[in-house]
This record gives sequence, C-alpha cells and structure tokens, in this order.
Amino acid sequence: MGSKLGLIIKREYLAKVRNRSFIVMTILSPLLIVGMIVLIAYLAKINDDEVRVVTVLNESSYFDEGFISSRNISYVYLDQISVEQAKDSTASMGYYGLLHIPKGNSIENVARQARLYTKDNPNTSVTQQLEGIFQKQLRQDRLGKLGVSSDQFSEVEKPFGLNLSTFEGEKSLKGINEIKAFIGGGFGYAIMMFIIIYGGFVMRSVIEEKTSRIIEVIISSVKPFQLMLGKIIGTSLAGITQFTIWIISASILLMLAVLLLGLDLGAMTGDAPLPSETMGGMSQFASMDSEMMMYAKEVFDIPWGLLIVSFFIYFVLGYLIYSSIYAAIGAAVDNETDTQQFIFPIIMPLMLGIYVGFFSVFSNPNGPIAVAFSLFPLTSPIVMLMRLPGGIGQGGVPLWQLLLSISLLIVTFLGIVSLAAKIYRVGILMYGKKPTYKELIKWLRY
Amino acid sequence: MDHILVAKNVSKSYGNHKALSNISLEIPENCIYGLLGPNGAGKTSFIRIINQITHQDTGEVFFNGTPLAPEHIALIGYLPEERGLYKSMKVGEQALYLAQLKGLSKSEAKKRLKYWFDRLDIGDWWNKKIQELSKGMAQKVQFIVTVLHEPKLLIFDEPFSGFDPINANIIKDEIIELKKKGASIIFSTHRMESVEELCEYIALIHKSEKILDGKLSDIKKAYKNNIFNVGLQTQQDGEALIRTLGEKFNIVSSHIDPNEKQLDFKVQLPSAHTSEILAELSKVANVNRFEETIPSASDIFIQTVNSKDNGK
Repeated sequence: MGSKLGLIIKREYLAKVRNRSFIVMTILSPLLIVGMIVLIAYLAKINDDEVRVVTVLNESSYFDEGFISSRNISYVYLDQISVEQAKDSTASMGYYGLLHIPKGNSIENVARQARLYTKDNPNTSVTQQLEGIFQKQLRQDRLGKLGVSSDQFSEVEKPFGLNLSTFEGEKSLKGINEIKAFIGGGFGYAIMMFIIIYGGFVMRSVIEEKTSRIIEVIISSVKPFQLMLGKIIGTSLAGITQFTIWIISASILLMLAVLLLGLDLGAMTGDAPLPSETMGGMSQFASMDSEMMMYAKEVFDIPWGLLIVSFFIYFVLGYLIYSSIYAAIGAAVDNETDTQQFIFPIIMPLMLGIYVGFFSVFSNPNGPIAVAFSLFPLTSPIVMLMRLPGGIGQGGVPLWQLLLSISLLIVTFLGIVSLAAKIYRVGILMYGKKPTYKELIKWLRY
Repeated sequence: MDHILVAKNVSKSYGNHKALSNISLEIPENCIYGLLGPNGAGKTSFIRIINQITHQDTGEVFFNGTPLAPEHIALIGYLPEERGLYKSMKVGEQALYLAQLKGLSKSEAKKRLKYWFDRLDIGDWWNKKIQELSKGMAQKVQFIVTVLHEPKLLIFDEPFSGFDPINANIIKDEIIELKKKGASIIFSTHRMESVEELCEYIALIHKSEKILDGKLSDIKKAYKNNIFNVGLQTQQDGEALIRTLGEKFNIVSSHIDPNEKQLDFKVQLPSAHTSEILAELSKVANVNRFEETIPSASDIFIQTVNSKDNGK
C-alpha cells in the first residue's frame, strides 16, 4: 500500500513540475521579483537624490545664517534685484521656489511678511523645513528679549530622547515590536500564499481527474484517501521545489543586481519605523548609528531556531488542513467555475489571520485578540508566527499557549482531513450535480 | 459449478435513494455474465461494491469463496463506464502508472504493455499524449490497462461505447479470447445485441431489484410462446387463405406480397407441436419458411421490465 502512495506522489509531482506554466512561472517569478526590487530601489534612490533649489531674496537684516543647505534643499542667495525679477529668474532657471524676506524694522514683522513663491502647491517637507528655520530664529529672538543669551539658547535646544527599558533592565527600542511582528508576519504571509496557490493546484488537479473521468479507473486500484493524500503531498513537494528555486535564484539575481548596478538597497529600508527625527536633528546622526546596531542585535536575537521549527510545524499542519479542504471542494464540483461559493469561506480565515495579525499583533503581541487568533486553528499558523519572534516565556508567548495552539491544530487537522476525505470519496463519483452545502453534509453520512 | 463471485442479499442506499435492494447473484467461473438493466437500475452501484469503491450497507459478497477483501483488488480488472485518462500525460507513462497501481512491477508492466500495444496495433502511440488521440484510440489504451494484470475477474461496463464497429469487433474478439484463457467476465450493458453474442448467463436488474437471472438459453426457453414465422408461396388469393387458416389457427399478424405471390404470417400454436399445421399448410401451398421465434434478449428485457412496471 505504501508503494502505491509513493507512485501517486511521484506522478502528481512530475505532472506538476513538467507543466509548462509551472516551468514558466518558476523561471519568470524571480526575474519579476528582482526586477521589482531593483526598480523600487532605483526609484527610491532617485527620490532621495532629488535636491530642491530654493532661491532666497533676503532684503532684511535678519535670517542671515539660517539657510544651510540640507539633504534635499539647497539655497541660492539672490541680491540687488526686485521681487518680480527674482521670480522670473527662479522660474527660468527651473528652481523649485523663491523665498522672499522683505525689509522690516523688526524680526517679527519681517517673518510675518516673508513669502514662498512656487510653481504649484509646495511640498510639505519643504515648507516644514523653512518654517522650522523661521521658528527657531524667532524663538531665539523672543527668548533673547527675555534675557536668554544665545549660548543659553543652544543649551536649551539640545535634543532629548527618552531612555527605554524593559522590566528586566534591558534597554528596549521603539518600534521593535513592529519589526518583530513584521518578520513573523513574513513567515505567516508565506504560509498563506503557499496555501492559496498550492491548495488551488490540488483543487484543479482533483477537478481534472473528475472531468477526464480517470478517477474511477484509479480508485478501483487505490483508496480515495490514498489518492487525496498523494495528491496533496505531491503537489506540495512541487511547491517546495518551486519556492526553493525562487529563493536561490532570486538571491543570486539580487546579489548580481547589487553588484552590477551598485544599488543601495538600504535606501529602501530608510523609511522603516525609526524614531522620528527631531528638529535640527543633525546632532542625532551619531547616536543613530549605535541605535541601528541595537536594532540589528534585536533582530539577530530573535529566536530564529524556534521560529523556523514552528514555521515548519505550522506550515505542514496548516497546509494539510487547507489543502484537504481544497481537495474536497474539487471533488464536490464538476468544473472550476462552481468553486467560488466554497472558496470564499476558506480564504476568509486566512485573510482574517493576516489582517488581525497586522493590526492587533503589531500593537500588542500578547493582547487578548492576538492570543485568541493564535489559538484558533484556522488562523493560528499565521498569527502565532507573528507573535513568536518575541520569544517564548518572559515577554513573549507563554509556552502553554504555543503548546495549546499546536495541539488544537493537530486535532483540527485530524478532524478536517477525515471530513474532507469523506466528501472527497463521495464527490469524485458524482457527476452533473452542482452541490449545495446541505448536500455536502449529507455526503458525510454516506 | 464453482462461482467466482457470489452476492447474498446485498443492499445499498444513498440517503433516501435505494440503489440496490436485496440483490443475490451467483456468477459462475470462466463464463461471460451479462449484467443488464436500464440506466440507473443499480448496475454501476453493484459493480462499485465488487471493486470496493463503495461498500454495501447489508449483505455479503464472496470472491472465490472468501469474503471480499482488499487483496482481491489485484485479481479484478475494471473498465468503468465513466472512463478517461490524464489528458496531458504520455500514453506509455500513463499505462505504466496505472499498471503499477495494480501491483505490477515496472519491468513486468513494460513487457506486457509492449505485447498488448503490438497486439492491438497501437505501438506507435507510446510517446503521444492522450489529447492527441481519438476517442477510440484512448479506449484501446484503457482496455489494455484493464486486462494487463491478468485478473481472474474482469468487469466491463459498456465496453463498446466509443468504438467504431471495426474496433468494437476487435475488442469483442479479445474479450472472447480472455474468456478462453480462463478469465471470468462480468459484462454490464443495456445494448442487447452484444449480450446475445457474448453472454452465457444474464441477470436483469431493474429499479434496484434483480428481476431475472440464469442461463441465457434457459431463460429464452422459458420465454418462448410457440409463435412461428411462416412463409408461403401460393397462386391463391392470399386474403382468403389467411381467413381460412384463421378459422383453425391463431394468426397473430400477416403480410401479403401479391407481386411475388408471397404470404407471410405469424401464428401462435397452443403447444410446440407443429405437425398438424404443417400438414394443413402443405395441402394448400408451398411452405418456404417455417421457424419458431425465439425471443431475443431485448424482447425479454422489455417484456420483463414492462410487466414488472405494470404489475406494481
């Protein structure tokens, strides 16, 4: 009997792997993915490199040294021309805008009448930077009037960051929960995609056997359950082959792209949830490097072993549960168009897992919603993996929750597979009827 | 006589639908057994029980004297009515796969497949995909796969559907050949011509019940009704002659061809004795045809099914 299962697995695997669209997808996908990444990195780089030039026509005696070119704005000073001339020349040079600071008898009046001319509505980051410069000078001036010297002022302006720490005294970091959940979410997302893609393959393969009418020939030699299991395993092996090829070739291509094009992939992650920059945060750059190190350490400290082992447990069980449902659906219908009404309820918990995971696990990995969804068997493969990067025990997932979640998953697996096998057994020999849920329940009793 | 398969009081229902009720059959070894019945009568349900695709609700089935068990699967070859092959798989590969599922080793399966492919003249198709073949060609491949593991019991469900007359004949000869080599064959159909030619025994299933079974020749004898077909060559007026004869005998129908001076009629006699009517006829005309009508399987089929339906 075992050798028959082996034969079925082999056939399903080869049938899938030799399929032309499978081969095309296997080859094209890494190219597409790498192409996308390169494109995004390239665009991010362009975006980053764009420097907006703002001309400054300063007719007052204030704001002389405030305008220091920053990463994305550089300033060109104009002199001895009228505002109209300045506007014309700014526009003709293709510069971003003109900042006009008129004459005035006090800094307050000058600031009030200063104006930024641009072609279209100005970019928020530009106005914010300019406003920041005015604000800082105004504050210094106002405080000066109250008797604060400029040395005292810069003392006051020193930036401040709150020290963060866990109860155990380890230094904690802002946003690390999100980063961890994001990594776990990546695993969960991979499971979901795998289930949807390869579950669909299992379903189509069952439908093909039904429509080509080979099914009765085969189940006169093997048990329907063996056929279903062989199909699920064979298809998933094909899927694992495909994923492995994707990961290997995508990493090779990505390395080549980085080497050949000299792209800075770091530019993409530059917008990751780092602590927001405070005004005039130049002085913070030095401290950011050490913080980056700490983030790297935190990511490195994620219990990868646990995560990968759990990934495989949840992956195998979750995939078996869902793909046997897919197989049952394939058996119940005559053609693919009839599957829609059954597919939606399967995809629902998967989507729910992803969305609930991203919303609740990000903000509170050990909150009641996150716990409930990481125990519920149809969502646990996704949600639990999002929680696990926090580790087990103190501060992470309590061990009992992990064990309970896996046990529930195993029980569900046994239950669902036997129900699905029953529907499958009856369904594969039924032709011409578009089944209803009521009918499926009836089949369970045959 | 030994029986390859014995079913005792087998019943099966699907929900409220009764597919088989109390079917008892004895299928003798090394014969061709016709399982007849209208569509939906329960033939396929019964065959699926033999193949252990489904199980009976009540009753017992014995294969070669022992209760039907999974190991018997390798001794049964089944050609289902709903049959097909993987469309995008190569013919040879597919045949090998199916043969291995039946328990043959790869090398043995290859050897036998080569023999059969040559025998049925389809050796060139080994590397073709099924979707490139015609329906009849695919049917041949299926036939081979069914018989390849040399099963003791072969079950053919409508084996000739999809074949042109020439290939249907080839397959028919192969079935007879298999029987000669010792196989027992269950032949399920609702096409009566092929039953007449092939089957020694039949069972008639109608609306989930067995309404008739036994040796075909015995059944035919039992259904004889002493009707004879008579042909006369005569110069006399046919109409008048029929009227005269009608006074003595029960003429069922008649047909007169004045150009050929031919008179044909059917007559039912009270018994199988023919001397009286033959004597009478030879006095008035030249008898050029006189034969007993033996009911065809088709007649029996229709007659029993109708009487069963009307009797209810």
